[in-house]
Amino acid sequence: MRISRRILAGLATASLAVTATSCGGGGTSGSFDDTVTVGILHSLSGTMAISESTLVDTEKMAIEEINAAGGVTVGGKSYKIEYIVEDGASDWPTFAEKSKKLIDQDGVPVVFGGWTSASRKAMLPVYESKDAFLYYPIQYEAQECSNNIFYTGATPNQQSEPATDFMYKRSPAAGGDFFLVGSDYVFPRTSNTITKAQVKQLGGKVVGEDYLPLGNTEVAPIISKIKKALPEGGIIINTLNGDQNVAFFKQIQDAGITPSSGYYVMNYSIAEEEISTIGPEFLEGHYGAWNYMMSIDTPASKKFAASFKKRWGADRVVADPQESAYNMVYLWKQAVEDAGTFDDNAVREALVGQTFDAPQGPVEVMPNHHLSQTVRIGEINAEGGFTILEETGVVLPQAWNQKHPSSKGFACDWTDPSKGEKYKL
Amino acid sequence: MELLLDSLFNGVAIGSVLLVAALGLAIVFGLMGVINLAHGELMMLGAYTTYVTQLIFKLPILKPFYNSYIIVSIFLAFIVSGVVGILLEKTIIRKLYGSPLETLLATWGVSLILQQFVRSVPLAYGTGLVISLIIGLFLPTTFPSKIKESINFKYFKFSSWIFAALTGVLTGSVISSTVSKLSRASARNVDVTAPSWMRGQVEIIGTAFPKTRLMIIVITLISVIAITLFLNQSAWGMRIRAVTQNRQMSDCLGISTEKVDIITFGIGSGLAGVAGVAVSLLGSVGPNVGGNYIVGCFMVVVLGGVGNLLGTVLASFGIGIMTDLIGAGRLLSIWPDMPIPLSNTINFFATTSMARVMIFALIVIFLQFKPTGLFPQKGRMVEN
Repeated sequence: MRISRRILAGLATASLAVTATSCGGGGTSGSFDDTVTVGILHSLSGTMAISESTLVDTEKMAIEEINAAGGVTVGGKSYKIEYIVEDGASDWPTFAEKSKKLIDQDGVPVVFGGWTSASRKAMLPVYESKDAFLYYPIQYEAQECSNNIFYTGATPNQQSEPATDFMYKRSPAAGGDFFLVGSDYVFPRTSNTITKAQVKQLGGKVVGEDYLPLGNTEVAPIISKIKKALPEGGIIINTLNGDQNVAFFKQIQDAGITPSSGYYVMNYSIAEEEISTIGPEFLEGHYGAWNYMMSIDTPASKKFAASFKKRWGADRVVADPQESAYNMVYLWKQAVEDAGTFDDNAVREALVGQTFDAPQGPVEVMPNHHLSQTVRIGEINAEGGFTILEETGVVLPQAWNQKHPSSKGFACDWTDPSKGEKYKL
Repeated sequence: MELLLDSLFNGVAIGSVLLVAALGLAIVFGLMGVINLAHGELMMLGAYTTYVTQLIFKLPILKPFYNSYIIVSIFLAFIVSGVVGILLEKTIIRKLYGSPLETLLATWGVSLILQQFVRSVPLAYGTGLVISLIIGLFLPTTFPSKIKESINFKYFKFSSWIFAALTGVLTGSVISSTVSKLSRASARNVDVTAPSWMRGQVEIIGTAFPKTRLMIIVITLISVIAITLFLNQSAWGMRIRAVTQNRQMSDCLGISTEKVDIITFGIGSGLAGVAGVAVSLLGSVGPNVGGNYIVGCFMVVVLGGVGNLLGTVLASFGIGIMTDLIGAGRLLSIWPDMPIPLSNTINFFATTSMARVMIFALIVIFLQFKPTGLFPQKGRMVEN
C-alpha cells in the first residue's frame, strides 16, 4: 500500500511537470525600437512531436532570418520578433487550452500552429470567439473556411486532384483501376470521397477502399483485398498516416505488390522526412504529390534547404509542411508591415492579396484565406528524394471542394461581407 | 481450394502475431495473475534489441554473418526483456502480489518510464545499461558456493555490481563511438530491415506466401512448443505449475516460491522480447510499438481462458482467421450468391476498422455466455 501511494504521488508530479513545459525564446541583439512576441504552438511531446518539431525549427529559422534583416517595420518603428513556444502535447484539448493562454495571458497578435486536423478543429472555436488569428501550415482536407484561420497548406484540388489526374492519364498504370487505402480519420475519408468522384468523372473505376484504424499495423487483410481487386496491377492511392506507412510498404513489398509487377502507389502523406524513415528501398518507383519538394532546382528552393541545414544540421531535410510554415511567417510579416499595425482586423485585410516568392515559386493569398500554389508530381528515387515529373501552373485553392458532393457549387470569400464563409457560386 | 489455403494462411499469419505477443502475457497474467501493463514495452525492448543487433552486425567484423542477425537477435531479445522483467519483478511487482489494482497502476507507470527511456537515452548507452544489468544480476550466481555462503557475500555482490557498471559504461561508449546511429537519442521511429533471404515470397502449392510471415509463424511455433515442453517436462515447469495451483502448499513442501516467481516472470517477459523481434519485421520500431498490441494480448488471454496455454493458442488463431474472413470480405467469395441483405451486411463489415469492431463485439458476446473463456481453469484453487 505504502509503495503504491508513493508511485501515485510520483505519477501526479510527473504529469504536472509535463503540463508545465513551455519556454520563451529569442535573445537580444541589434538595434530595434521595440519587440513583438508571437506564439508558436505545436506538439513537442507525444506521437506527433516527431513531425511537428520540424515546423517549430522552421518557424524559428524564419523569425531569425527576419530579425537579422531588420525585423518588422510598423509605423516607422522597427520591431524585433520574439516568440513563445507552447507544447500542444499531441492532445487536441491541450491545443485549445494553450491557444487561450497565448491569446489572453501573453497577448500575442498571432499564433503559428497545429498539424492534425483534429488539433485545428479543437482550436477553431477559441480563435473565432476571441477574434484572434491562427496560421495553419499543413496540407489538409479543406471543407472549412474560417475568418480567423489562415491556411498555407494545400487544399485537395492543389494536391490530390492533379495527382489522381496524373495517375489515370499519364502514369505507367494509366487507365488502370483504383484502390484507396487510408488511416481511419477525417483526412483520408474526405480525400477519398473527392478521389472517388473524380475517378468517376475521368471514366475510371474504384475497385476497393479500406481504412486502417490508427495505431493498427496489421495490413494482411488489406493486401488480400488489393490482390483480389487488382490481380493484374493498378493504381493505389495511399493516405495512411505516420508509422502505418512503414508496415504497409514493408508488407506489400513482401506480398509482391511492387512497381515492377504493375502496382503504383500515389502517396499524399509521404514527404522527404518520411521517405528517410520508411526507407527508400521500399518506396522507390512509387509517387508523391506536393507543392514543395526538396529537389526543386531553383535558387529560392536551394537557399531554403541550405539555410535549414546550416541552422539545424547537415543531415536534416526540408519538406512541404516546413515550406508552408516558412511562408506563413513571411506572409504575416508582410501583411503587418502593409497594415501598419499589429491589430488583427487590419492585418487580416492586408493579408489577402499578399504575394511571396516562396521556395516553391510565387504564392498569393486568396480571399478565402488559402494560398495559390504550384503542384508537383514526383517519383520517389533511390536517394530518398523525388524526381519531379510534372509541374502544374499556379492552382487556385478551393476551400469548398468542387468534386465533393456536400460542397459542390460553394465558395468562400472573406473580402466581401455579403459572401463570407460559404456562398453559392 | 486455393482461396481456402490463402485464407487459412492469412488467418494463421495474423493469429501468430497475436499469439507470440500474448504468449508471455498468458504466462505472467495467466499463471501468476499479474496484470502487467508494461508487457507491450517489454515487446518494444525486444524490437529495439533487434534494431541494435542489426546495426552491430553491419560493423566490418560481423558483416559476413549479417544474414544471421535475426536469429541472434531472437536470443538477445529474450535475454534483454527477460532481465528487465526480472528486475521489474524484484523491485516492484514482488511487493504488490495480491493487489491487482496497485500492480496495474505501477506497471502502467513502468510502461511510461520505459517509453520515455528509449526516447531520451541514446540507444548505445541503453545497451550498456542492459549489459550491466545482465552482468550484475547473473555474475553473483556464478560464484562458488563457498563464497555464496560466506558472511562477506554482500561485498562480493557489491563489487560485481561495480564491475557490471564499469563494463556497461565501457560497452556503451564503444558502441556509441563505432555506430553513429546509436550515439544520439531520438524519438524518431527506426526501421528493421529483414536480411535478403527473408524478403520476398515462396511458392507453396501454387500460392505465394511472404517469407517474413512464414518466419513469424515459425518463431511462434517454436516459442509455443518450447514453453509447453518447459512447463510440462522440466522440474522448474512442474514447480511453476505447483505454485500456480497452490502457493502455500508448495511453499510448505520446500519449493522456493520466490525463485519460481522470478523465473516465471522472467520467462514471460523474455517471450515478450521474442514477440518484439517478430513485430519489428512487420512495421517500424518506435516507443509506442508495444502499446498497440496490449489490448489485443489481454483479449486473447481472457478469451482463451486465464491460465491455459492451449486456450491462448486457439483464441489467437480463432481471432486471426475471423479477422481475415470478415475484414477481407472472404465470406462473399466463398458464397457468392447469398441473399442481398446478408451480403450487404457482410460488405459493411468488410473493412479493417469494422472487422475490428465486429470481432470485439463477438468476443464480448462470447464472454457473456462463457465468462471464464474457452478453457477455464479446472480444479480447486486455494485463492478461490
